[in-house]
Amino acid sequence: MEIRPIVASLKKHRIPAVLIVLEIALACAVLCNAVFMVHQCIASVNSSNAIDEAGMSVITVGGIDASQAPAAIVRDLAAFHSIAGVKAAAAVDRVPLDHDVWLGSYSATPTEAGWINSSIYFLGDGGERAMGLRLLQGRYFTPEEYAGGAVGADGKSTSHVVIINESDAKRLWPGQNALGKQLYSDETVWTVIGVVADVLAQAPDFSGGTGKYSSVFFPLRPDVELGRYVLRSSPADRDRVLAQAMRALGTLEPGAVLEGHAYVDMRSAYFADVRGMAWMLTLVCAVMLAVTALGIVGLTSFWVGQRRRQIGIRRAVGATHAQILRYFQTENFLLSTAGVLLGVVLAVAANLYLVRHYEVGHLPWSYLASSVLALWVLGQVAVLGPALRAAAVPPVVATRSV
Amino acid sequence: MSYYFGLAMRSLRRNRMLTALMVLTLALGIGASMTTLTVLRLLSGDPLPGKSAQLYYAQIDPYSKDEPFSRSGKMPWLMSYTDAMNLLDAHKAPRQAAIAQSQIKLIPPDARRRPFFSDGVMTTADFFTMFDVDFQYGSGWSAQDDRNAAPVVVISDYLNEQFFGGGNSVGRSLRLGDKDFRIIGVLKPWAPQPHFYALHLGGSDYGRGAAVFLPLRAARTAGMEPRNTFFYAPGDRQVLETAPVIWLGFWAELPDSSAAAAYRQFLADYVQQQIALGRFQQSHVKLSNLMTWLSDQQVVPDKVRMQTGLAFSFLAICIVNTVGLLLAKCLRRSGEIGVRRAMGASRSAIFAQFMMEAVLLGLAGGVLGFVFTEFGLWCIRQQPAEYASLVHLDGRMFAVTFGMSLAASLFAGVLPAWRACKVAPAPQLKAA
Repeated sequence: MEIRPIVASLKKHRIPAVLIVLEIALACAVLCNAVFMVHQCIASVNSSNAIDEAGMSVITVGGIDASQAPAAIVRDLAAFHSIAGVKAAAAVDRVPLDHDVWLGSYSATPTEAGWINSSIYFLGDGGERAMGLRLLQGRYFTPEEYAGGAVGADGKSTSHVVIINESDAKRLWPGQNALGKQLYSDETVWTVIGVVADVLAQAPDFSGGTGKYSSVFFPLRPDVELGRYVLRSSPADRDRVLAQAMRALGTLEPGAVLEGHAYVDMRSAYFADVRGMAWMLTLVCAVMLAVTALGIVGLTSFWVGQRRRQIGIRRAVGATHAQILRYFQTENFLLSTAGVLLGVVLAVAANLYLVRHYEVGHLPWSYLASSVLALWVLGQVAVLGPALRAAAVPPVVATRSV
Repeated sequence: MSYYFGLAMRSLRRNRMLTALMVLTLALGIGASMTTLTVLRLLSGDPLPGKSAQLYYAQIDPYSKDEPFSRSGKMPWLMSYTDAMNLLDAHKAPRQAAIAQSQIKLIPPDARRRPFFSDGVMTTADFFTMFDVDFQYGSGWSAQDDRNAAPVVVISDYLNEQFFGGGNSVGRSLRLGDKDFRIIGVLKPWAPQPHFYALHLGGSDYGRGAAVFLPLRAARTAGMEPRNTFFYAPGDRQVLETAPVIWLGFWAELPDSSAAAAYRQFLADYVQQQIALGRFQQSHVKLSNLMTWLSDQQVVPDKVRMQTGLAFSFLAICIVNTVGLLLAKCLRRSGEIGVRRAMGASRSAIFAQFMMEAVLLGLAGGVLGFVFTEFGLWCIRQQPAEYASLVHLDGRMFAVTFGMSLAASLFAGVLPAWRACKVAPAPQLKAA
């Protein structure tokens, strides 16, 4: 296809051409960044979490007397175990994605300042089974380690053993076996006895990117610190088990503040914001593309209408339907190309701004490429109607005045 | 004028599809940007208009040089008990308050109802006068009560409603945790948005605010724990009053900038003194005005600011689109313009005629945009965010909706109208 006549004609209609280019450029810039952010939102909502999320229920018990707590925990757990369908039950201090955070920093040497916000989990006896941790290496805590574990006056576990996440094992001792290694926090030291598949942080958005999969587990005897019960059952039994456990606790702990949730609901509540953002971005993108397409249709239709006579003349001197059609398609392709080129520049600039001011990553090239492709396709689809109408102009128009 | 109005109406009616498309585009852009703007304005508003200029937040840094609070040089958000008490006792500002938030177990007077947790503010006597908190019944406590750890409590209007049916409950007893407190005051509805006084203290930044307010020492004696604690050194953590931990926000009311400068100097001197005593290593201090403090701490969620940016980009696309469509429309009418020009209409008359069309579009876009904004806000109210229930379109934002729609359509109309008035009459007449 000869491009020169198209360029010449565009030069005569500079303003509409510039408007189409500008619209496509803006759409391209917004599309790249919005799709990228939607993708990041989805990735965060789908963050893996190596516990038995589907079978877990969590009951938070608050406001009970510290001195009564150890006896109450033993008694309450016994009651849970008598509920049909309970596979495991334990008291823990915190669960992932619950906003309630206890962070510390750990390192492989005593002197190195830790900068990672690691989530600290204290597990009561059987906590690993109740949460459904996945052991990759080593072993879990023994009953003796559970019975001996306490929280010291300095807020650190008095136990000498620790279980860590797979990511921490790789980060702290790259290329080595983490089992038996010493884990430090200031001058306190623990021996790594087990490595589990990555458990999420208590609040990943607070602990930041590096803290997301940094979790440490310590054993703890029945203690007021263990303010959450975790019950594990099959997903089908879960809601019934939770309801029964809540009823049992209601009579056992009349003065306590109780709150029970299926873990899947806690997870969904934690990410509700992010999901809302993803939907909003998707909606805006869809409407924006529709507006852009309609704009192209509108401008091209007007254009075709204005050039009926020229089209007629071209048809009269021998141009075929297909040639007229292709003329408008090529013209749109040229405009789209100019638009996406400008759009890519804008998109990268917008992304750089977002990276500077917000927690957004660098835009991968694939997003630019797919947005460019999407807008090319959009342009071609939008121009098809007006172009067909142009191709349908009969040659006889040339002989009439418009 | 009315003639232009008639012409514009006729022209808009002639091309219904195109007109509808332009109004819809404009309205979508307006709806999206007004929705996000309303949320942004709510979240970044002045929580205490008229008073905020005199309120200052003080920060000092007990962290060591080797293990600072943050790698990027941010000051610690909170203060240790020792430092907060030292500053309070120095009385260098007309009013000062140290604040922490706690999750407090409330026990309803109706014994059949289960206890529940609510946010409670643990603070010192000046809190109420400093933050212009009005009382429905009773009053706050005194500095004497602070020193004596008097077991008194001020409750919010909504808790009073819930527990005592909204009556005068001053003098009654309220059980918090496992201690009894005497109610000495009931607040009028008070919930500055955001809860500037509770930033970094745990709990929500927006919403209805704390249920109870207690003297700091009394609350601590009753065993209430702050929600947020940051330990800045290893050591015994049992007693928060003496442990190496920061957990209190510190506010001072300073009438003017010279008072603020003097207070800043006082803070710097205090820190130097602590360095001499070996308690501190870092000498930087910060005294921020309330609004500066809020913007420095980025209290408005990133999400909201990004959405606003996105909505305005979308509005830009909508405007470009409207320019294009208006231009197409007016160039199609070159013949008509030629006739009008030939019959003696001046360029400015043509320009005015086309601008009138843009104005009508803007008004229609504003009406529909208002509908879209209300819908958008309704969607936001369905979300779980803590500020969701507060999002409403007030009179001013309603006016802004129309203003913005008109501005957008006038902006979009200038180029087409200018092109229209440049049309030379002769060739058009010939062609016709």
